[in-house]
Amino acid sequence: MDKTVAIELKGITKTFGEVIANNNVDLTAYRGEVLSILGENGSGKTTLMNMIAGIYFPDEGEIRIDGEIVSIRSPKDAFDHRIGMIHQHFKLVDVFSAADNILLGEKYKGFDVKEEKQRLLDAFAEENAAFEAYKPEEHTGILSYMFAPKFHDEKEIKRKLSAVPLKKFTNRMKFGWLSRGRAKSLQQIAKKYGFAIDLKKRIHDMSVSEKQTVEIIKVLYRNADILILDEPTAVLTPQEIDKLFGVLRKMREDGKCVIIITHKLNEVMEISDRVAVMRKGEHIATVNTADTNEQQLTEMMVGKKIELNINRTEPQEPTDRLVVEHVSAISREGVKILDDVCFEARSGEILGIAGIAGSGQRELLESIAGLQKLNGGDIWYFDPSNDNEKVDLRSKTPLQIRNLGVRLSFVPEDRLGMGLVGNMDLIDNMMLRSYRHTITLKPEDGEVKEAEDCEDKLDTKIKLKRGLTKLGRGIASGAVKIWSSVFLDRKSPKTLAETIVQDLEVVTPSTHTPVRRLSGGNVQKVLVGREIAAAPTVLMAAYPVRGLDINSSYTIYNLLNAQKEKGVAVIYVGEDLDVLIELCDRIMVICGGKVTGIVDGRTAQKEQLGLMMLGRVCETEPQETLKEGVGDDKD
Amino acid sequence: MTKTKKIREPLIHLVKRDDLPGWKAWGIRALSIVGAFVFICLLSFIVLKRSPFQIVKFMFEGAFGSKLSTLVLFRDLSILLIISLAVTPAFKMKFWNIGAEGQVLISAWGAVLCMYYLGGKIPNGALIFIMLLSSMTFGILWAVIPAIFKAKWGTNETLFTLMMNYIAIQIVLGSTKIWAGVTSTGVLHPLQYGHLPQVAGGDYALSMIVAAVITLLLFFYMRFSKHGYELSVVGESRNTARYIGISVPKVIVRTLVLSGAICAVAGFLLAGGIMHTVGSGTVGGQGFTAVLVSWLAQFNPIAMIVVSFVVIFISKGTTRVMENCGIANSFFSQVLTGTLFFIIIACEFFIRYRVLPRKRHKAVAPREDLDDDSVEVVEDFAEPDIVIEEPLSEADDDKQETRDEDVEHSQEETVC
Repeated sequence: MDKTVAIELKGITKTFGEVIANNNVDLTAYRGEVLSILGENGSGKTTLMNMIAGIYFPDEGEIRIDGEIVSIRSPKDAFDHRIGMIHQHFKLVDVFSAADNILLGEKYKGFDVKEEKQRLLDAFAEENAAFEAYKPEEHTGILSYMFAPKFHDEKEIKRKLSAVPLKKFTNRMKFGWLSRGRAKSLQQIAKKYGFAIDLKKRIHDMSVSEKQTVEIIKVLYRNADILILDEPTAVLTPQEIDKLFGVLRKMREDGKCVIIITHKLNEVMEISDRVAVMRKGEHIATVNTADTNEQQLTEMMVGKKIELNINRTEPQEPTDRLVVEHVSAISREGVKILDDVCFEARSGEILGIAGIAGSGQRELLESIAGLQKLNGGDIWYFDPSNDNEKVDLRSKTPLQIRNLGVRLSFVPEDRLGMGLVGNMDLIDNMMLRSYRHTITLKPEDGEVKEAEDCEDKLDTKIKLKRGLTKLGRGIASGAVKIWSSVFLDRKSPKTLAETIVQDLEVVTPSTHTPVRRLSGGNVQKVLVGREIAAAPTVLMAAYPVRGLDINSSYTIYNLLNAQKEKGVAVIYVGEDLDVLIELCDRIMVICGGKVTGIVDGRTAQKEQLGLMMLGRVCETEPQETLKEGVGDDKD
Repeated sequence: MTKTKKIREPLIHLVKRDDLPGWKAWGIRALSIVGAFVFICLLSFIVLKRSPFQIVKFMFEGAFGSKLSTLVLFRDLSILLIISLAVTPAFKMKFWNIGAEGQVLISAWGAVLCMYYLGGKIPNGALIFIMLLSSMTFGILWAVIPAIFKAKWGTNETLFTLMMNYIAIQIVLGSTKIWAGVTSTGVLHPLQYGHLPQVAGGDYALSMIVAAVITLLLFFYMRFSKHGYELSVVGESRNTARYIGISVPKVIVRTLVLSGAICAVAGFLLAGGIMHTVGSGTVGGQGFTAVLVSWLAQFNPIAMIVVSFVVIFISKGTTRVMENCGIANSFFSQVLTGTLFFIIIACEFFIRYRVLPRKRHKAVAPREDLDDDSVEVVEDFAEPDIVIEEPLSEADDDKQETRDEDVEHSQEETVC
C-alpha cells in the first residue's frame, strides 16, 4: 500500500490489575482509509483506542504518529496530535446548544510575544528593503504613488513592537467572548461533510443520531485527522447508518484516517478498507476487506468455528397471555412516554419490540411489571393455571402482581442497577426473587413445582414442612410461620446459583463472588437464569444481549427459544434488526411511545422496520387466526 | 528537551482494585492503627518533651490505671457501641442518619421526664418500665420523623437529622432550666428515683451486658434476617428493590424505628443507669463519634467492638497524658484523637487503590532515534505526577496531594 502511515502502535500492553486488556498489540492505520477494529466485547478494542485518545496510558509499548514517537497522557494531548474519538456514550452538555458544545473546551491559541516581534521585525525589514530597491521611474502616474512601498522608520517600528503584548491581551479577551454568529462559522464545517443539522438546537432536543453528528463535527472542528468511532452504529436506524457511512466515506476521500470499533460484521464488510481483528486482548490479524468474508472474520474473532443460526420454530397453539390496551404514561417531566399502546403477547411466541433507543420500550415493559405509573389503559393477564382467567394487572405493585399468582419474569435493561445488586454475591442475587417464600425452584424441575409455587395455600404448607424439619416435631404451626418469615434461607438459592452456573456455563470464581465482578455476558446469564428459574408464563427481556459476545448472545437466544417452546409468552426488546427478524415471530415497532405497527417476523424487511422506527405508521397485520384461537379456548 | 519531556510516563499510577481479600483489608487497617499510634506518640514526644514510652505508659494508665478507670472505660465503650450499632442499619441502607446525638439525648430526656414527675409516687420497678417506654417513644419519634419525610417526599435526611439534634438540645436546655428552678444555673442535679438495678454489684455491668446482647442481635438481624437483606438491597439499589417488589418507604421507616429504638436504649442507660439526670452535654458528642465508628467498622457489628475500644482508649489515654503533663485544656488531646482518625480513615485509600510506581527501565528504554543523553534528560524531568486509572469513571475525592506525610507508613505496607 502506498498510503502514508497515520498512526502506528507497537507492542502495546495494558493491564487492569490481574486482567490483561491488551497484550503486545501492533497496529497500523493509514491516511485515507477506513479501518475497522473487530472483536467481541471484552476483547480490548475500546481499551486500545482509549490509549490513543489519551484516556488510559499504556503499560508498555509505543505509539507513533506520522512516524514520531509520542506520549499521549490526556485527551488534550490526543487533540494536540489531531486525534479525535467519538465515544459510545456521548460526552455532551445537554442544556447547551450544539454549537456551544462544539466550541466548549477550545483552547486559545496564543502567540509567543518574542516570536511575534521577530516576525514583525522581519516583515518591516523586508518592506524597507523593498522600499530601497524601489525605483519610482519604472512606474507611471498615480500608480507609482499608490503601490510604492512604505518606509518604516525606527520610531514606528518601536511603537508597533511595543503594542505586541497588548495585542496578545486583546486577542485573548476576544477569544473569551462568545460571538453571536458563532454557529454560522461552524455550520460551514457541517456543510462540507454534508451534515444536515441545525447547530443552534440544544442537545436535549436532539435525537441520538443528531447527537452523534455533533460529536463528529466537534472532532472535525478541532482539525482531527485521525477519527476513532466507538460502536457508532449501535443506536442508529438503518437509514441513519447509511447516512453516517456516507459521511465516513467523504472523510476517507478527504485523506483522513477513520477507525471504527464494531462487532457487526455486515458493517465491517460495507464500510471498511481493512479489518483488524482482536481477540482476548490480542491482535489476531489485519486483512483487506476485499480478501475476506463474514464467516472467516467470525472465526478469527471467536477463535473457532461456530454455527450462527437461530432455530425458529412455529408457535404451538398461540393463545393470548398478556393483553395491553390503550396504555398511556407520562414521564416525571410531563412528556408523554407511552401513547395509546395496544398489543397482545401470546403463549409460545416471541414478540419482538423494535424502536430507536428511548422510544418507550423500557417504560412499556416497566408498566407491565408494575413499575411505571399509568395514565390510562388496561393490562390483562390470562392465567393458564386457572383456565385462562382474566387478571387485571393495571396499577399493581410488583409484589401484588406476584401475589396474584402471575408468573411474570422481567429481565430489565439495566442489569446491575435494577435486575441484580452488583455488590451482592450470586446467592444473594438469586434470593431477590424468592427470599420471601423460602422456596426456590430449580430450572429443570420448574414445571413440577410451578403449580405449587403460585398458590399461597401450598406455599404455607411447604413453609410449614420445611420449618418442621428444621425445628423438630411438636412445634405449633404459628411458630413455624414466624420462623420461616423472619430468617433467610440461603440453602435453596445456593443450589439454584450452582445449577445456573453449571447449566449456563457462567464463568465465576465461586457463587460467593459479587456479580459486578463478572463479565457482562456472565452477569446476563445469571439474571436470565434466575428469571427463567421462576418458571414464568410471561418472560420480558429488554436488550438481553447488549454488550454480550457472540457465544453468549446465542446462548441467550436459545434460552428464549426454549422458553417459547415451553409455551411461555416471550417479549423481546432488541436493537439489532437482523436478530429481531431472525428470532421473533412478530415484531412490534414503536416510535416516540406510539406503536407504528406490528409485522410478521418471517416476512419483515429491515428497511420497512427502519422506516417504522422513524415514525411511519404501517398497516397492522390481520389477526383473524388469533381471535379464533382465543374463542376456542373459552369454549 | 521538550520532545524528551513528552515521552515520560506518569510517576505514579493509581490502580483501582476491588479484589482485595478481606483479611488483607483488615490487615491494612490494623497496620494503620498501629502506625497512627506510633505517629501520635512521636507527635506528643515533640510537643510535650516526654519520651514516647512514657506517653504510652500514661495512655495505658488512663485507660486501665485502676479498677475503676477500667470499668468506666468499658462502660463508656458500651454506650458508644450501642449508639454505633443504632446508626448502622440506617447506614447500610445508605440513609445518612447523623442525628444519633439528638435521638439519644431526647430519649435520655424522656427517661428523666418520668423520673422527675413520677419519682417517689410509684414503685421503682413500675417507674423504670415507664421510663423505658418514654425513652423508646421519644427516641423512635426523633428517628422516624426524618424517615417519613425522606420516604414520602425525598427530603435530605442528613440535614433533617442534624436539625433534629438542635431541637433536642433546646428542649433539654429549656426543661432542665424549669426543673432545676429558674434562679439556678440550669443544671439539673442527679435525681434519686428511677435508678436502674445494679448488676454484679455495680453500675457498670448493666450497660456492658446490654451492649453485648444488642451487638449479637444486630449482627444476626443484618446478616440472616429478611429485614436485614431487604435493607441492604434498598441501600445498594433502590431500583432493584422496586423491581423485586420491596416497598422502599416501608423499609426506610421500619429501619429507622429500629435505629431510634436502639438509640433510646442508650439514652435510657445514660439517664437511668449512669447520669441520673440530663443536660445538653449528656451524650457528649458520642452520637457523632458513633458515625465514625460505624463507618470504620464497615458496618460490621463485631468489628465495631474493636473500633469503639480504640476510640475510647484514645480519648481516655490522651486525657491522662494531658493531666500528667500539666496541660489543663483538652486541645492537644483532641489534636491527637483527630490525627489518629485521620490516619485510620486515610488508609481506606490504600484499600481501594494500588499505587504503582513508574517502571523506569521499560518506559524510557533507549530507542534508536533517541541517544543516551536524552534518556538522562527524561530522568531529570521526572517530577511527581499522578494518573488515576480505573475502568469505571467513579470519581474519588481522595487525591494523592492531600495525603499527610504520615500516610507514607501505610504506603510502604501496601505497595509490595
